[in-house]
Amino acid sequence: MPDTEPLLLTTPLTEAKARALRAGDRVRLNGIIFTGRDAAHRRLTALLDAGEPLPVDLHDAILYYVGPTPAPPGFPIGAAGPTTAGRMDAYAPRLIRECGLRGMIGKGARRPEVVQACIDYGAVYFGAIGGLAALLGQCITAAEVVAYPDLGPEAIYRFTVRDFPLVVVNDTLGGDAYRDGRRRYAAPPPP
Amino acid sequence: MPITRTLNAADITAAVAALCGQAARVAPPEMRAAVADAVAREASPAGQDVLRRLVENYDVAARTGLPMCQDTGLAILLVEIGQDLHVEGDLEAALHAGVARGYAAHYLRKSVVNHPLRRVNTGDNTPAILHLRVVPGDRLRLVLLPKGGGSENAGALQMLKPADGAAGVMDFVVARVSAEAVNACPPLVIGVGIGGNFDTVAFLAKEALLRPLGTPNPDPEDAALEAELLQRINALGIGPAGFGGTVTALAVHVATAPCHIASLPCAVTLQCNANRRAEVVL
Repeated sequence: MPDTEPLLLTTPLTEAKARALRAGDRVRLNGIIFTGRDAAHRRLTALLDAGEPLPVDLHDAILYYVGPTPAPPGFPIGAAGPTTAGRMDAYAPRLIRECGLRGMIGKGARRPEVVQACIDYGAVYFGAIGGLAALLGQCITAAEVVAYPDLGPEAIYRFTVRDFPLVVVNDTLGGDAYRDGRRRYAAPPPP
Repeated sequence: MPITRTLNAADITAAVAALCGQAARVAPPEMRAAVADAVAREASPAGQDVLRRLVENYDVAARTGLPMCQDTGLAILLVEIGQDLHVEGDLEAALHAGVARGYAAHYLRKSVVNHPLRRVNTGDNTPAILHLRVVPGDRLRLVLLPKGGGSENAGALQMLKPADGAAGVMDFVVARVSAEAVNACPPLVIGVGIGGNFDTVAFLAKEALLRPLGTPNPDPEDAALEAELLQRINALGIGPAGFGGTVTALAVHVATAPCHIASLPCAVTLQCNANRRAEVVL
């Protein structure tokens, strides 16, 4: 992966842009993304159940699974690396299907239902490097809470990101960068 | 009349608050060195790139004061209190207050909810997880081990049967790491507790993480177990950040304890690349 230049990607992430991405592609993301993790997902789903509008428009949007640290003086936000995406698997297919969510950023593997929703509706799951939070925080140039301030670190933020480094993990064809990488480097089983 | 040393609870609170800031921002030197050294052992160029960036992340955290990881964790405090020490005030309250003060003062994330099902954020990262132990002497030793939720969720406990033996222990540990490492921010340090009972085996695994990185178990057979586990884990191919590679774990630390004739308790805890620790002796 590091031997080629990363692809430049800007939001909004349209279906055409999403379908052009391939598992393993390195990406530098620029534009606007929203944050959301466990508690926010639960509230968004409750609004869908009630037939009420969401506080953010997820159509062609990217959700970053993160709970940042508070912004110290002079910083737009604190540390902001990815959280484990698998905890959002229970919610993600519905947001993709019903709200047009186009991209997700997190770390760790997704369940088959999420991979299938990416195929069916043209969405992409991006992996960020878990533990790279101080560096990733510095790729966020503006941050604003747009919903659920009572949730503290689990509030929904609107981030402006510049050259945010990502790898396409699950693409729209069923590709999986974690699976491919693991197969490439797994030692053969002992005889 | 024996002479007793006195420590004021307010001083303990201040010390804990300082540990919170230090642990979140400054990687232990041996952890930074272990990640940097792993570049040479990593076969995958992408994995090497991840390792180099993680070292840069440690340095940026130390330089800017931003936490190295946004999950500044549950605050696990291991407290050794000298039996000849007198604490003026409420020790446990002082420890929790130190966590609350430190997480606020150092702009750390408050990641604790008040009830596992009702889930309202307590707003100050308390309560901390306290492990208190009385030891000889008149000192107070505080070790802070902030542990993120993603890697904590990857741990597991199994009550194996004595007949399962070392092979059963290894199969259990490797299967868990195989299933969960990608979620737990590799490269990892793996803590394995074997023995004790249901209560204590998980803590054994946690305590094993505190052994200085790179020092093998003093028991040669347990050290051999560590080496074989590390080899099998790194043969999985998961690699740094899970993108494939030969360095999934930097070390496996095994800790053992005597146990019941019927039991073989085993616990595994996965520690992420933000392997944070800070300590002070008062």
